[in-house]
Amino acid sequence: MDILAQLIVSGIAVGGVYALIALGFVVIYKATSIINFATGEFMMIGAYFFYTFLVMVGMPPIPSFLMVMLCSAMLGLFIERAILRHMLGQPTISIVMVTIGLSSILMGLAEMIWSTDFKNFPPLFPRAPIILGDIIIRSNLFWGFIVAMLAVAAFALLFKYAKVGVAMRATAGDQMAAFSMGINVRTMFTVAWSLGAIAAALGGVIIGNIGGIQPTLGNIGLKIFPVVILGGLDSIAGAVVGGFIVGLVENIAGGYLDPYVGGGVKDLAPFVVLVLILLIKPYGLFGKEDIERL
Amino acid sequence: MRIGDYKESYSADEAVFRTGTVRVWMLLLFVAMAVFPFWAGPYLLYMANLTGVAIIAAVGLNILTGAAGQISLGHAAFVGIGAYTAAILTTRLGLPFLICLPLSGISAAFFGMIVGAPSMRMKGLYLCIATLAAQMIFEFIFVHWTSVTGGIRGINVPTASIFGISFDTEFKMYFITVPIMVIAVSAARNLFRTRVGRAFIAIRDRDISAELMGINLFQYKLYAFATSSFFAGVAGCLQVYILKIVTPEHFPLHESVRYLAMIIVGGLGSVLGSIFGAIFMTCVPEALQSLLSLFQGIDDKIMSYLYPLQTVVFGMLIVVFLVFEPHGLAEMWRRLKDYFRLWPFEH
Repeated sequence: MDILAQLIVSGIAVGGVYALIALGFVVIYKATSIINFATGEFMMIGAYFFYTFLVMVGMPPIPSFLMVMLCSAMLGLFIERAILRHMLGQPTISIVMVTIGLSSILMGLAEMIWSTDFKNFPPLFPRAPIILGDIIIRSNLFWGFIVAMLAVAAFALLFKYAKVGVAMRATAGDQMAAFSMGINVRTMFTVAWSLGAIAAALGGVIIGNIGGIQPTLGNIGLKIFPVVILGGLDSIAGAVVGGFIVGLVENIAGGYLDPYVGGGVKDLAPFVVLVLILLIKPYGLFGKEDIERL
Repeated sequence: MRIGDYKESYSADEAVFRTGTVRVWMLLLFVAMAVFPFWAGPYLLYMANLTGVAIIAAVGLNILTGAAGQISLGHAAFVGIGAYTAAILTTRLGLPFLICLPLSGISAAFFGMIVGAPSMRMKGLYLCIATLAAQMIFEFIFVHWTSVTGGIRGINVPTASIFGISFDTEFKMYFITVPIMVIAVSAARNLFRTRVGRAFIAIRDRDISAELMGINLFQYKLYAFATSSFFAGVAGCLQVYILKIVTPEHFPLHESVRYLAMIIVGGLGSVLGSIFGAIFMTCVPEALQSLLSLFQGIDDKIMSYLYPLQTVVFGMLIVVFLVFEPHGLAEMWRRLKDYFRLWPFEH
């Protein structure tokens, strides 16, 4: 029983971070209908930005954090303007492949700039693990979860109350109507990419703080697909719920099944759940069902 | 300027090789392919064999993704299934190569239909992610079902032999790979002239309209998955006999992406495009690698910068082609041909 409680708690903690990264994906998908396979690489680059400012430049943690947000926003903006703007109205396969190509470019560049060596952040939070009754949580995971939840809440408030958030929701709802209400839809695309890059980068910083960083960190980004599919591609609330489900599933399945098959269940379980969910509900748990007419 | 290109019957207009000029060029191409192994060294032959495998797999993927419009991120897994089927049948049951070859295709097609089954209810991005899940699941099975797949150490495979002739060198393998490649390509080219192939294209262009015109969507999508995986399985079988070993490292997600990159760079939905794409995406990284190895030993620091360059170039190729030449090398080839066909006139 202790083990189960332990697995559930760490599953929720990891799930919170997944939710933040998935948010970065959903924001872009909702506004622009682009499925971003480079989300994982945005995450990885964000972690490296943080490393650069914190260790190489020597800034204190909070200014470094703000610089990461600024730099990732610039990166998202640049990528949208330079590449994705040309892809408007292209078939799905082209858009999927462009973001896959992009992820390859970002990964190669990261290897060139920061080398393939494994890097660690200096400790940011008190080392002592957090103890809740019988359950022990690593301090990095606990604080990472707190930061991720704060970031998710900030994004939620932004979408609910800020003018730009409302404009983005309008764009996602109906581009033509948004356009005729005086919203600059193209600017909204750029904003969406910037926000998406920021959310992914923050997730990357947290993940990097837990497990260290290297250019292959972006592979974790593949896990956001079970997350976003579970929640439905275009639902922000769904991304958060999906994040928790995937965190729980992978921890519990990993904890109980790993000894039998020799490891690796953690990375597989989310995808098995994904297939099962898709077989029952083809548009995810909270996704919008398309009604097509000729 | 080429003239006198007129047709008197529909069948002449529908022919694969429509003019005498094309037939002459094709004949020259076949002669060149037959002469090539006698001229080339083992390394070039090895590359030619791998390119042949890549062409078969890419043509298969182009049937599913290019023609039927179903994006698959799991193609490498099907190549892997073919490869493992061949390896297991050879080592456990001692079946000869000629029987393993179709059986690996059939087993890949079987699993392809299982993976394609969800296409009954979903499409587009959701299906794309379902195939991604299939890739991850099969990869896991390759690694962890140690008693059957040999785990990460894989399975060593003996050389292929047909009627007592052992195909132990690259030179001999060339005479297996290339004829099968030619058969696969012509099968794919002819597929698009049949009801099934045309139904694939109709589904890609507008699935609802296709359904209204009497195409059973689910049935034909399953056909598309099965055909595509059959090609992949055959390619996998050949790959095993060329490399003499099969390990899970040969079929990662990156390999699936590489096959997609081939058909994007070559030209979606075009058989010729898949051939160009497969050659391009096999030879360019290899050329880049040998170019980079020139720097080896001069300065190790430079190497650490140059090595990741391959990843960057791979991504750049995909992005640049999609932005500037969405129809790929096949379209460039068509423009080049048009230029010479009309030469010396401009239009």
